[in-house]
Amino acid sequence: MSNPFSINGGAVVAMVGKDCVAIGCDLRLGMQALTVSNNFPKIFSYGDAFLGLTGLATDVTTMSEIFRYKVNMYRLREERDIEPQTMANLVSSTLYERRFGPYFVSPVIAGINQRTGEPFICGFDSIGCIDFAKDFIVSGTASDQLFGTCEALWEPDLEPEDLFETCSQALLNAVDRDALSGWGAHVYVITKDKIIKRLLKGRQD
Amino acid sequence: MPGFDFSNHTRNAALHAKGVPLPKATSTGTTIVGCIFDGGVVIAADTRATSGPIVADKNCEKLHYISPQIWCAGAGTAADTEFTTALISSQLELHSLSTGRKPRVVTCMTMLKQHLFRYQGHIGAYLVVAGVDPTGVHLFTVHAHGSTDKLPYVTMGSGSLAAMAIFESQWKKNLTRDEAVALCSEAIEAGIFNDLGSGSNVDVCVITEEKATLLRNYKTPNVRVPKEQSYRFERGTTAYLKEMVVKRKDLKQYVTIVDLGSSAPGPSGDVMELDVE
Repeated sequence: MSNPFSINGGAVVAMVGKDCVAIGCDLRLGMQALTVSNNFPKIFSYGDAFLGLTGLATDVTTMSEIFRYKVNMYRLREERDIEPQTMANLVSSTLYERRFGPYFVSPVIAGINQRTGEPFICGFDSIGCIDFAKDFIVSGTASDQLFGTCEALWEPDLEPEDLFETCSQALLNAVDRDALSGWGAHVYVITKDKIIKRLLKGRQD
Repeated sequence: MPGFDFSNHTRNAALHAKGVPLPKATSTGTTIVGCIFDGGVVIAADTRATSGPIVADKNCEKLHYISPQIWCAGAGTAADTEFTTALISSQLELHSLSTGRKPRVVTCMTMLKQHLFRYQGHIGAYLVVAGVDPTGVHLFTVHAHGSTDKLPYVTMGSGSLAAMAIFESQWKKNLTRDEAVALCSEAIEAGIFNDLGSGSNVDVCVITEEKATLLRNYKTPNVRVPKEQSYRFERGTTAYLKEMVVKRKDLKQYVTIVDLGSSAPGPSGDVMELDVE
């Protein structure tokens, strides 16, 4: 049996722009080389925080539900939405709790802090080490390709519409060079008072 | 600490028995150093985090806060250094609150080593602990299996050999603060340039009897040059099939806020009707 991180395939990327962030994922769900579904989104929204999850699909679904429960409990206790930074610490400690029996996921968080208005992105390894980045975060089976496209295409202070193009092109071109990712994509562009979600036209091979 | 959750362990062990490799954690294949000088201690670290051969973070923080006058440099599994230092920092704060004394570096080192020894090296934290307390200036190393050292100058991580080469050739007794900072920074640079697991910038923390000073990105010898050309795409390049827009509406649309001044009729919010005579 092969690596649990590359059985189902998938890719997620997040980018920072000027007072905005973008997060995108592919839509493929596979079992090794066999594609099972072309509608398996990997981005989940929890109020102001958006969570992208790649890795073993069963763990992606399980974790998305664990966080739905945890964030709902947070909202009831605090009577407010969770901020992305708080969400990052929640994800980190949830993953580290299972240090010796981890979920096979590589999460990514993107969002705008509603109190400060600052854009925020971060990524994690499967045991909860946070990678705070000022530019972009990649994860999934196409992460090597995404590192390449993002490193080349990303530039600071992109406006929301320009960030959408840069993020989408980085994602689309990376997943086209990964056999286990692709088959369409979702991209969210998040600003302080508006969220745009788009279904991208991607290659179907 | 409530403790770890092992409920996935049986599943993952069964997977591992079938030949599934262990997940690769972010590791700080690091250079970290520490050096005592007259009146204090300085620790330093590089800022590269790696995941296998990939540079995961080009400017991460490896200098961890324990208490105002005790700081820790971490190498090994990044999540383990992060959480182990946070855990001990929290316990030490409570300990100092209950005893009413400043925390001591030996206490910190002992708590770290006992925690790590309990986990038999499975928590992959390799640490340099430094600080100043009422008993003086201290510098220790703590290995993941629980062994410790007390030395005037120390190095750890994959770049420890490169860094130690600098210390062994240039260290002398009774260094001044500036000499110690320069020496530590040079040792880290030796790691940055000669060890593949280390890179980017130099972080330094100087701890004296008065205070601790964190010099984040004390040296940046690997600044990326700005791109000569922009690869910005023309708007409309990416074709999309569907679009959904969610706008955050002003809360005032749903809630009416009325300011109840003293002239407002009826009892004010914090006075019960019974109290009003």
